[in-house]
Amino acid sequence: MSINSKIFQNKSKIINRRMFILSTIKVVVFFGIISRLFYLQISENIKYRSLSDKNRLREWKIIPQRGILEDYFGTKIAENTQVYQLHMIPEDVPNLNELFFKLSKIINFNEEKKNYLIKRLKKRKPWQPIIISDNLSWSEFSKVNLFLHEVQGIKPVVSVARQYHNDGSNSHIVGYVSDTSAKDLKNSEFLRDINIPGLKTGKNGLEKSLNKQMIGVPGLQRFEVNAYGKRIKELDIVKGIAGKNFRTTLDQEVQKFTLTLLKDKSGAVCVMDIYTGDIVCMVSSPTYDANKFVHGISRDYWSSLINDKFKPLINKPMAGLYPPGSTIKPIVALSALENDVVSTKLVVECRGSVERYGHTYHCWKEKGHGFMNLRNAIKQSCDIYFYETARRLGIDRMSITAKNFGLGKKVLSSFNEEQIGVVPNTKWKLENIGKSWYLGETLISGIGQGYFQSTPLQLCLMISQLANGGYEIKPRIVDDKYALQATIDTWREEFSLRKIDINLTSPNIKKLYRNKENIKFVLDALYGATNEPMGTSYKSRFSKEKYMFAGKTGTSQVRTITEEERRLKLKNIDLPYEKRDHALFTAFAPYKNPRYGISVVIEHGGSGSSGAAPIARKVIKKVLDRHQLRKKYQLDLFQEA
Amino acid sequence: MQTEYFQKNNKTIIDKFFALDFILIFLVLILGAISLFAMYSTEKGNFNYYTQSHLYRFFIFFLIFILFSFVKIQVWFKLSYIFYFIVILLLIGVDFFGITSSGSKRWVNLFFINLQPSEIMKVSLIIFLARYYNKIPSAEVNHIKFMIIPIFAIFIPVSFVVNQPDLGTALLIVITGLFVIWLAGISMKYFIFSSIIVTCLMPVVIAFLKPYQKLRILTFLNPERDPLGAGYQIIQSKIAVGSGGLTGKGYLKGSQSYLDYLPEKHTDFIFTLFSEEFGFVGSILLLSIYALIIYRITKIGTQSRSNFSKLFCYGFASAFFIFVAVNMMMVLGLLPIVGSPLPIMSYGGSSMLSIMIGLGIVMSCKISANDEIS
Repeated sequence: MSINSKIFQNKSKIINRRMFILSTIKVVVFFGIISRLFYLQISENIKYRSLSDKNRLREWKIIPQRGILEDYFGTKIAENTQVYQLHMIPEDVPNLNELFFKLSKIINFNEEKKNYLIKRLKKRKPWQPIIISDNLSWSEFSKVNLFLHEVQGIKPVVSVARQYHNDGSNSHIVGYVSDTSAKDLKNSEFLRDINIPGLKTGKNGLEKSLNKQMIGVPGLQRFEVNAYGKRIKELDIVKGIAGKNFRTTLDQEVQKFTLTLLKDKSGAVCVMDIYTGDIVCMVSSPTYDANKFVHGISRDYWSSLINDKFKPLINKPMAGLYPPGSTIKPIVALSALENDVVSTKLVVECRGSVERYGHTYHCWKEKGHGFMNLRNAIKQSCDIYFYETARRLGIDRMSITAKNFGLGKKVLSSFNEEQIGVVPNTKWKLENIGKSWYLGETLISGIGQGYFQSTPLQLCLMISQLANGGYEIKPRIVDDKYALQATIDTWREEFSLRKIDINLTSPNIKKLYRNKENIKFVLDALYGATNEPMGTSYKSRFSKEKYMFAGKTGTSQVRTITEEERRLKLKNIDLPYEKRDHALFTAFAPYKNPRYGISVVIEHGGSGSSGAAPIARKVIKKVLDRHQLRKKYQLDLFQEA
Repeated sequence: MQTEYFQKNNKTIIDKFFALDFILIFLVLILGAISLFAMYSTEKGNFNYYTQSHLYRFFIFFLIFILFSFVKIQVWFKLSYIFYFIVILLLIGVDFFGITSSGSKRWVNLFFINLQPSEIMKVSLIIFLARYYNKIPSAEVNHIKFMIIPIFAIFIPVSFVVNQPDLGTALLIVITGLFVIWLAGISMKYFIFSSIIVTCLMPVVIAFLKPYQKLRILTFLNPERDPLGAGYQIIQSKIAVGSGGLTGKGYLKGSQSYLDYLPEKHTDFIFTLFSEEFGFVGSILLLSIYALIIYRITKIGTQSRSNFSKLFCYGFASAFFIFVAVNMMMVLGLLPIVGSPLPIMSYGGSSMLSIMIGLGIVMSCKISANDEIS
């Protein structure tokens, strides 16, 4: 026993000793765990707490109300309206195909839409609502509500969407909003920062250039979410700031009226306040329905727009380029007078054509005008006289004056699509075409043909700056009624302009002329062109002094007339549409105490006097009729302020 | 000898009852209560399935614990080989009739319970080795002939468990077995040699690992390499523990678990939930309870006269320690995720049963502390 016992004793000693070692290790390990806990929970607590919050909290941005666009008189031309939408929560739908079938019976829900939805559903979580239809009519919406028990998983939602004035007269200026695309995000840091799903963004026009201010500041909804992203409860809500509203200088009445005048024509009309530069009217015809872009344009409507030969999507007042034709003659005349290369008394004989540098240059009047002085040449738009004027003046001096008066540069800065146009000179040709200037090209430039390219808005600015006595104005289309100071400043500016018109001395206003008499002479010649017999736009004149205007027609060729065509005496109307001349007209009104400048361009509309001037006449009357209203409205606003 | 015999034969139930270690019982009850509260929290404050069955299990297995305490240590000594072989049979049974869940076959249906024999093996291996080494004199322990059986005793169940596959449990069984062998007095040099061999065999073992197991090791080394995939569990677990801070987020307010960010929160990650809600202070408290339990078990071992009792108590205390340590180190990101439950806290019948059986035997050792086993 004793040996056995000893062995046992010995053994338990070993066991106890080893256990002691083991226990020490255990204590060390436990302290290791404690220090790890200390590290995680005490030292790194802040880091993990924020990580936990990042897990737990999810923020949803709320799309702020988009700013409204108004016309000068407060008519809303782009506003927000209630729309009826259908949302679907996929996890609540028992049978997707059955639901789609039922929906197709209730609302306009076709196969194409179904496939698109199924494709999108694959990428989404089952509790994320998906928009099935975002613009239901009231009858569809009420029908869905009636059958709501039949379509499980469907949620009718009243939401807000953009709506544009329905006549479409502002479509090109206002533009439209649509879903933010990947390209939009790529191009705009602002959109990347704001980053709200479902945000509509301005695609063109003012909607685009004022996008940033009109979007506003998004609100915030903070939710606690679970590991699968499902919202558990709302913790916090931060109201956003609605986008800024803007007032444009446009007159919706005039816009609408002008658009009806341009029905079935392709063209543009611009009307500008010659002192303030306010654009009262700017219409591009034909137009399109901007509302159709808001909810994703249908393919049919898109292809109808794309295939229309009148090109309704082009913003013609700004993006349409036309040779100015004879409408440039007042500028050529002014330039020649300012540079003293011709006097008002210079007489040139017009025989219908003239031989220069080995080519024959024709006047529009085949028989010729006979002996012409400068005033008559403007009045009757004699080409031969202006060939001679241009020859004496030279292209470079002519281009300086044309640029001064607004051609060849952007009029408004806020439109991407706005074109610069071309005011040619020797340097320009060398740089852009790589050839030196031919003298013959100077002659046709003198009648606004050749390389000359201008937008209707530029022509409007040109005539306005002539009409106000030769002072530079800065055209604008957005007026900020909501910023008080701006309104007051606007008026100061205007009043000071009016004063300067009499006083002629102010450092702020840039003079565009050298000799005031030259401007007066040109304006008087334009009076003759409209209000005296033989004048090119005589037929469109007003006899009432209140409406009396003065203007210059232009007929710009889009092709070179061949000798054969001249022999055949082809009339414009006999030509195919694409080859017909553009009809142009620029004018200012009223003649005494002028206030508005106007330009009308009708694409392939024939001659300026028959195609463009009659339209201008009606627009001028409308604008002048509303002038007192406009003035009073602004005064009222001013007094309110 | 005479007194021993006297003591051995004259213990009444009352004597036995007063011989119980009430502190240990109290600690186990406290732990049970904490585990129920934690389980209640995993169900977001609802008395649902998990909490209910955890409660029933704890109640039944606690009774088993007490019941087993009154079984004489000699009976346990005699039954130890049989117990071991029954578990081996169950492991074989798993191989043939096992229930497969999430890719591994671990459970066997015993009609009244779905048992995980690999968990029970953790205890039965200890008792097997304790009995085996009881007789062997310490001078001969290092003899090669006495090493064959223990090695097979470990190797056979482990090979079954690895085959399930359940690498975590297999590793824990191996470590448990090695603890007992080491306690029995095997020379340190064998451990050094074998660890050198294991290190050399590492590349071969890695080649045999299943892809998900390799992934776990890679994830352990750098959890951020795949934060939404393999590293998700450990990252979320660390966030939960770390965000708990000093005093925790409050009971039933652990956002990580409440919002389902925490994986396996009923089972392996229950400590994470506890730590998130009760913070550093609570965690230390829980850890102290575990430490005290281990201490009490060790103390019973020290007080026991027989080597069998000593070996079992020490072995079980070490096993208990290693379960706690591995689980905590795992959820705290100190070890790869191997899937080992936290004793008593984690949901899971077999694990709790295994622990309760072990505690029962320990308590039996306590009651017959002065008994000699021959």
